[in-house]
Amino acid sequence: MAQLLEVRWHGRGGQGAKTAGYILAVAAAEQGKQVQAFPEYGAERRGAPLRSYVRISDRPIRLRCSVRRPEIVIVLDPSLVESENVADGIVPGGLILVNTSESPSRVRAKIGQPDVKIATVDANAISMETIGRPIPNTPMLGALARLRPDVVTLEAAEAAVKATLGEKLSADIIERNVQAVGRAYQEVQVE
Amino acid sequence: MGKLIPMEGNQAVAEAMRQINPDVVAAYPITPSTEAVQIFARFVADGLVDTNYVAVESEHSAMSACIAASLAGARVMNVTAAQGLALMWEMLYIAASMRTPVVLSVANRALSGNINIHCDHSDAMGARDAGWIQLWGENVQEAYDNLIQAVVIGERRDVRLPVMNNYDGFLVSHSYELMELEEDAAVREFVGEPVYVRPMLDVSNPYTVGALDLWDFYHEHKRGQWEAYGPAKQAVVEVGQAFGERFGRYYGLLDPYYLDDADLVIVALGSTAGTIKDVVEQRRERGEKAGLLKIRCFRPFPLEEVADALSSAKAVAVMDRAAGFGSGWGTVYPEILTALYHKGLVLPTVDYIYGLGGRMILPEEIHQVYDELAQVAAAGGTAEPLRWLGVRV
Repeated sequence: MAQLLEVRWHGRGGQGAKTAGYILAVAAAEQGKQVQAFPEYGAERRGAPLRSYVRISDRPIRLRCSVRRPEIVIVLDPSLVESENVADGIVPGGLILVNTSESPSRVRAKIGQPDVKIATVDANAISMETIGRPIPNTPMLGALARLRPDVVTLEAAEAAVKATLGEKLSADIIERNVQAVGRAYQEVQVE
Repeated sequence: MGKLIPMEGNQAVAEAMRQINPDVVAAYPITPSTEAVQIFARFVADGLVDTNYVAVESEHSAMSACIAASLAGARVMNVTAAQGLALMWEMLYIAASMRTPVVLSVANRALSGNINIHCDHSDAMGARDAGWIQLWGENVQEAYDNLIQAVVIGERRDVRLPVMNNYDGFLVSHSYELMELEEDAAVREFVGEPVYVRPMLDVSNPYTVGALDLWDFYHEHKRGQWEAYGPAKQAVVEVGQAFGERFGRYYGLLDPYYLDDADLVIVALGSTAGTIKDVVEQRRERGEKAGLLKIRCFRPFPLEEVADALSSAKAVAVMDRAAGFGSGWGTVYPEILTALYHKGLVLPTVDYIYGLGGRMILPEEIHQVYDELAQVAAAGGTAEPLRWLGVRV
């Protein structure tokens, strides 16, 4: 892992981009890393595109600006691949992980980016089947754990989901979220 | 030893309030400080604190209730930002004049208009002469630590002044980062029991506050209030030292970074100091003597300490996140010049107005400031001492 790893989440208001960033930060902190996670606030409303950011490092994080050169980009809504410049500033060799039913090559046909890895997982379908609602944020962490275990392991992702959602949700819903994490870990495709 | 956990700025403020367990909180939530009040209200509802939570209809009423409760002998807290602080205006002066050690956390946000919810320092800077002690934090840890210290500083018998705990809106209030959450018992022990000074509800010793006070005594009363700011400055130093001895994180009036041998110095407060530290490190690696002077305590202003800290600099840039409209400068810069002048120091200085209404400040822009500062130092001065950073013209 780079000395400072920067992650950018693209989502729509209500999809849990902020929570996902927080869970990733908790997971990384559990693994002994320094973390910073924050959303980019505008005039919030459900459905509007928004970004959130995570920094992970071995050293204390002092920087106070949005992530502009991410190593990892995670897209929570398939439609944002076409309406937002999700690859903006991504470093060569980086990873773009998209919640979509489409294959990585279909996504690459839309956004190009020969120098980065593209991965896809149908997190909406997974969350519908496990949680019963289209909440793609927790399964995306499972997919990330498969692709970048140096950033977050499956165990750390599951533990962080339990620890953070445990403050707000019932044991049953949390268990379904953990199942969703595991399913996405299995089903993610990368190219 | 506290526990290292990821926490959002507002949550950290609410946790400190829970641990301190104030007698009264009267608040009217406002972005970006809302969550602090919301989380604390849940602590009240869950019975985790003994606090009497007063739901008021405006910030003006919130501060009024705080002052009254403090006069009655309670330990009192409140949280606000921007327009909320502005609506408290007249009560801020009264809180200081009545010598009520109210503790107010402010998630610093731009004042309207136009309407903006993001960070700058115009809210607290506008209140800088209201008589409050002002602490400025850089990150979540400091928002938490400063709040705990604020209680002790304000309540000291020789101080008895309200304290403002400033932390940058969104940049700190909504940032999750690792911080050390101390044990409840340790925090309670550090803040101690409230010091009740002449509580008004002591019916056997009645007295009057806020009475008509005209040309015959008002002048003397203000002079009396003036006397408190020397001890207040001392209290900030001593409580910061005691906090360090207890929890391992030491605080003072200023927070210097690579300052001792620095030629080019940036002065800043709030979260931007973090970005500047990263840039200082990069410039030091190149062999440039760059440094940072972070001002932690802006009121009382550490005049002598600032002058001492800057005495060997070749050029100084001041980062101002509030415009002093009509003054020709930002709000911090004139204070720095005052400090230098009183020490007989004449050196090249530049004032940078930046980051208004949440405009992002990038490391590249801090590099730009150091580059320009190097030119100003080489030229021995500048014909352009006021610059707007990152503005589209």
